[in-house]
Amino acid sequence: MFVTCLVDTLFPDVGRSTVAVLERVGCEVVFPESQTCCGQAHINTGYHRDAVGLVQHFVTTFEPFDAIVAPSGSCTGAVRHQHAMIARKAGNHALAERARAVASRVFELSEFLVDQLGVTDVGAAYPHTVTYHPTCHSMRALGVGDKPLALLRNVRGLSLVELPDDDQCCGFGGTFAVKNADTSTAMLADKMSSVLSTGAEVCSASDSSCLMHIGGGLSRLRAGVRTVHLAEILAATEDVAT
Amino acid sequence: MTDLPLLQIHARPGVGMLSGTRSFPEAAREALADPQLRRNLGHATATIRGKRAKVVAELTDWEQLRDSGRAIKVATMVELDTHLERLEERVTAAGGVVHWAADADEANAIVTRLVQATGHREVVKVKSMVTQEIGLNEALLAAGIEAYETDLAELIVQLGDDLPSHILVPAIHRNRAEIRRLFLRTIPDVDPALTDDPRALAATARRHLRGRFLSAKVAVSGANFAVAETGTLCVVESEGNGRMCLTLPETLITVMGIEKVIPSWRDLEVFLQLLPRSSTGERMNPYTSLWTGVYPGDGPQEFHLVLLDNGRTSVLADEAGRDALNCIRCSACLNVCPVYERTGGHAYGSVYPGPIGAILSPQLTGIEDNASLPYASTLCGACYDVCPVKIDIPSILVHLRAEHVETNRRTHRVPTPEAVAMAAAAWTMRDAGRWRRAQQSSRLGRLLGGRGDKRQGLIRSLPGPLRAWTGARDAPRPPAETFREWWARERGAP
Repeated sequence: MFVTCLVDTLFPDVGRSTVAVLERVGCEVVFPESQTCCGQAHINTGYHRDAVGLVQHFVTTFEPFDAIVAPSGSCTGAVRHQHAMIARKAGNHALAERARAVASRVFELSEFLVDQLGVTDVGAAYPHTVTYHPTCHSMRALGVGDKPLALLRNVRGLSLVELPDDDQCCGFGGTFAVKNADTSTAMLADKMSSVLSTGAEVCSASDSSCLMHIGGGLSRLRAGVRTVHLAEILAATEDVAT
Repeated sequence: MTDLPLLQIHARPGVGMLSGTRSFPEAAREALADPQLRRNLGHATATIRGKRAKVVAELTDWEQLRDSGRAIKVATMVELDTHLERLEERVTAAGGVVHWAADADEANAIVTRLVQATGHREVVKVKSMVTQEIGLNEALLAAGIEAYETDLAELIVQLGDDLPSHILVPAIHRNRAEIRRLFLRTIPDVDPALTDDPRALAATARRHLRGRFLSAKVAVSGANFAVAETGTLCVVESEGNGRMCLTLPETLITVMGIEKVIPSWRDLEVFLQLLPRSSTGERMNPYTSLWTGVYPGDGPQEFHLVLLDNGRTSVLADEAGRDALNCIRCSACLNVCPVYERTGGHAYGSVYPGPIGAILSPQLTGIEDNASLPYASTLCGACYDVCPVKIDIPSILVHLRAEHVETNRRTHRVPTPEAVAMAAAAWTMRDAGRWRRAQQSSRLGRLLGGRGDKRQGLIRSLPGPLRAWTGARDAPRPPAETFREWWARERGAP
């Protein structure tokens, strides 16, 4: 498992839930402790030279594994679409080739469950009204389509309500949220009103970064809607209430 | 690759309209505070988005069309010099005169000289982006020549002494009521009972323009395409005002960016399907004007074609960014962009706004003059999805951010605070031990904020540059235990 630096540091429950779900469907989960970060923030902010070492570190850490699963669409996207480019740009073609090979075995959680394992029912129970934000990188860069929704539809007790304008970006965008804070906030406001219009108790997504942004806004408004990562919902069972 | 003298120069700063005086975030802040603008833009972009989605869905071969459009453009750029020389040869053979302009100043000087040679002091204009790019109207005015915009939206912009804010719909930031007030104020002899009915507004503009068409002796246009094999120029439009300009005057001067050339007549078939569906959301645009040189006794008897570089060869020289030249100016990317929808076009400071502007403008001017534009995107990818020639705008944005970072590295003797932070983070994250220790110190964040916040696991106010985050959002409080600590405790080697 590639837990991602954000989940590791700020949202450990998402990592624990990912482990629980993967083990429940019969995977043997290994957490290589040398892992750190995929370098997405460096890459997307333009620090490509600084990112080379992170790509190297990622490749070395995960090269021995058959499948690498991450609870994040955007980190998966960075590995899949950007790692080899960063190595090539630095003139390190051997690393680019290794990065390409590793990237072909990296999957976002819902992709891995549905495409690789053929599972859409992970035996979860979650008696709440949930709306789902598909996140741009999962939806466009990875093309996960309705796989997360297929998983959610099989969760006992869960009532899924459609999010209006769900394909609209929430306005996070990594350093965009700080460099263009006003525009980011304007986008967030519209996303929050879409979420609130559904009447859902929970807004879910497969990226903790987008959820941190949406959840941070909702909490500031005291809106009474929680943000919960897809992995946490899939990990919930009748025995373990969330 | 090319025998053209590769002028690896950017568009000259301060000439034309490719960069603004303020950074994007600064200009955006003002736009975001204007509720009327937000409503106008939200309504207009949503309408065009819907129309486009509908007509695109009708075509079963849309993806193949996009692939073809991209393939033609990519192949053309590789041999751009050959196609341009062929275009020059065919236009000349058909009785036109071809002029080459390295930059905006040269192009403006050529057009001014050509108009002066006719002895007339008025020109009518077909809507064109490239003449906006070079600031032609202002240059003509400085030489005592009045340029009249004849496209309805460009007319609205010109009458209002305003700036265009959209490639296709330059007055998208204005609504009907605002346009009615503008017409009453600026057009002579307007019926004071004019309503804000779009039909009545269009009829008013029509009456106003009709006189101009009938008296104009010189017209200036841009071009959507130029077919090298026949020397044929093409303009597509909705109103027919372009057709008037292209046929009635005695002299026609067309200014065209060198990237607009396509090799053959057959290639037009692809673009004439891609462009209207992507831009206005129509199956076919109402007017497609095609002309080849001059034809005795019919239409303009004098035709000049000005081929403009203005930074384009420097874009062509950049392998990772050159796809920006493939743009056919449909503006589908503007209409789907969540950033554009909220800030409008003026915030970009260039005549090319939105996602395509955020890559094209800095490439034409050089990154220093438009440094904030590549960051004016969340990289959500909606633009790439709709682009009719599949320009991977998010990847080029990232490429330009890297170019900006490298430029800073070269020009700043002291690294920027951001560069220092990024280098430090990269050093920390190259080693799990260092990373673990950094995570432990981030737990100091648990000390921030009041007792109530602590109970709720959030932070309402962060110090330093992160204050931009907590301006409108709470931040999560670092947990007592990181994931890796939990794993080591629960699953680690005994």
